[in-house]
Amino acid sequence: MRFGLSPEQEAFRDQLRRLLANRAPMDRVREVAADGSGHDAWLWAGLAELGAMGVLVPEDHGGLGMGAFNAGLVMEELGRHVAPVPYLGTAFVAPLVLAESDSNSIAAEWLPRIAVGEARIGLALAEAVAVRADAGIAVENGRLSGKSLAVLDSCAADVFVVAADGRLWLVRADTFGLSRRPMTSIDRTRSLSELRFEGVEAEPLGGGLQLTHRALDLARVALAADILGAADAMVEQATAYSKQRVQFERVIGSFQGVKHALADMVAALEPARALVWYAMYTQTALPGVEAHRLACHAKAHMAEVGRMIARGATEVHGGMGFTDDLGLHFWFKRIGLDRQLLGSPEQVRAEAAAAMAA
Amino acid sequence: MDLSLDQRYLDFREGVRAFIAAHRDVAPPAVTIRDRGAPSPAALDWQKRLIAAGYAARNIPAEYGGFGAPEDILENTIIHEEFSAAGVQAGLTGIGIMMLVPTLLEVGTAEQKARYVPKAITGEEWWCQGYSEPGSGSDLASLRTNARLEGNEWVINGQKIWTSGAHYADMMFCLVRTEPDAPKHRGISYLLIPMATPGVTVSPLKTMTGRSEFNQVFFDDVRIPAGNIVAGRGEGWKVANVTLKHERGGLGDPAKSIARFDGLVKLMQRETVNGQRAIDDPLLADRLMQLEAKVMALKFNNMRVLTADLDGSDAGLARLVTKYYGTVLNHELDALAIDAMGELGVLYESGEYLRDEGAWQAWYMHDLGLIIGGGSTNIQRNIIAERGLGLPREPKAVIPPQGAGGSV
Repeated sequence: MRFGLSPEQEAFRDQLRRLLANRAPMDRVREVAADGSGHDAWLWAGLAELGAMGVLVPEDHGGLGMGAFNAGLVMEELGRHVAPVPYLGTAFVAPLVLAESDSNSIAAEWLPRIAVGEARIGLALAEAVAVRADAGIAVENGRLSGKSLAVLDSCAADVFVVAADGRLWLVRADTFGLSRRPMTSIDRTRSLSELRFEGVEAEPLGGGLQLTHRALDLARVALAADILGAADAMVEQATAYSKQRVQFERVIGSFQGVKHALADMVAALEPARALVWYAMYTQTALPGVEAHRLACHAKAHMAEVGRMIARGATEVHGGMGFTDDLGLHFWFKRIGLDRQLLGSPEQVRAEAAAAMAA
Repeated sequence: MDLSLDQRYLDFREGVRAFIAAHRDVAPPAVTIRDRGAPSPAALDWQKRLIAAGYAARNIPAEYGGFGAPEDILENTIIHEEFSAAGVQAGLTGIGIMMLVPTLLEVGTAEQKARYVPKAITGEEWWCQGYSEPGSGSDLASLRTNARLEGNEWVINGQKIWTSGAHYADMMFCLVRTEPDAPKHRGISYLLIPMATPGVTVSPLKTMTGRSEFNQVFFDDVRIPAGNIVAGRGEGWKVANVTLKHERGGLGDPAKSIARFDGLVKLMQRETVNGQRAIDDPLLADRLMQLEAKVMALKFNNMRVLTADLDGSDAGLARLVTKYYGTVLNHELDALAIDAMGELGVLYESGEYLRDEGAWQAWYMHDLGLIIGGGSTNIQRNIIAERGLGLPREPKAVIPPQGAGGSV
């Protein structure tokens, strides 16, 4: 029994941290954020060299065939460094969804490319969670028409996993009739787009509604892991700041008001970390109802804890926290984006309640 | 991450389940919030049976009446989980068994171990803890109950408060000031006081629950043998910290929150208003799901702590937050139960419409006591910030001298 990282996983995480410290320092994040692509090719190449892209790709397709816990550790570190790469869609959700799809040819074509970092995959899943009056995709004779909003990891994508008509589809970015319009969000480290479909040819992934739910569970766990890393980084920065900032001839970390604020943040964060880790683990170790319920709980709970920390850690920084210079806002916005995507806490909890009754 | 258990532990778990299934009909009823008192004859018999089977006093050496198995954290966790899940008492849980026995085994003399441990683990001799005083709560080390050595006897004077079970305890382990000239932490000794000694007066302390779960204990020239001291003079604070280390799994125990949550779900499935079950009300269900996530988070956090214990490493923040998190969570569970019952949520003690014997209101108040006791929430937050995050202590404020001006 071991709840937590094995020595190998710790070594892997240390390698990731070194890579991210080198290739995703604040200045670099700012540069990539300015172009809005959500994709840093230099960092992407480094992740591929470490083997991070193929964590969930089966071994016979050139990957490492590891569990979702390992991929979650990557997401956590990416969140910690507000790293601008489309890892979530490409390397967390797509490998398992394609491997579990009914299409061997799609899996054989894309999985080896994912494993070496030669594919980037966007997620058009928002309509599987909530269809808005001004969006939605209709399917006729295997062709898609309509709109999908808040498509994640989209600007640099070669291909999209699209939820439509209770199923998943694969759509190549260069297909005739498909157009992409960037949506400007608070978080410039990742790209969101609107996709417009006008009779677009799509390849069915099969697997029915179950595969759609699988994709949602995976994406939600990945978002929770991203918030976890980002929230951890914010608490760490606020703690360090409170030990060096002096007011009233004292470091502000000696004031009980500041101490209690930080204590409340970690008292919420530590148990949440364990919840998210277990949710990551269940996605491949215990697929089914347990994985689904944990995905809902991890997403909703981490979103709440993340919001509390994003606000609290910024407040501890005082006026500095409000500036662009410090860069703390990148984490604030990352947490803000993750919370809204693929189901609000209320909506996801309603799904958890339905799954408990089932 | 590997949550599988070796076959040895799976077999062990089966053994615990088989024992519970075979013997649960003679187990005393689970302790309810109403009947906290001296252990019943049935509870004492059950304790003997559990010790013989190795499910109570499991790691206490056989020479002191225990089962004598080497300590194995996973075995102990399995025992705790299985009895909790079955709703069967896992033996006596008094402060003597939880705190005094491990302390004596670590720092007591051979004579003290032989004299006190066997009777403490069977419940034959019941213990209470004399720590808090009216003027010394969070700042325990400022305590003023004192003892002076006269010939072969300690003579004790002073007052303790918040003493659970003092009205039926046989013995008290007690912190008293024996070295008035030493710095405050180094002037305290750890004494063992027979409650029947002349000069000991126990007076019940009624709480907001309407019951007397606690007492005040007064010492008026109480004389006990000089040998009734654990470790040396002035070492009481160190001894008390040995005891605190053994509080593991006490306040913030996830098994308790899980059982409480399960009870809450059952209540919300039964309780019906306007033809709708409480659990089908979207707003109440939303709160229930928020709490389920926290209960799960506490459970998995505890598994992280357990993993650190197995490694012999320090779980750090994960351990420091459990008392704060768990006690507040239980209070939130009680609050949702009360809200789900609506107007009937106010009923208490007795009556036709009382649900779950009125336990939810009793817990709602009792759990507030646990949020305060054992290091209040504000003290917990100081500990988390100072020990966990390395923030500096608050500078001392200057207390104005008595009788100084300024007050109206």
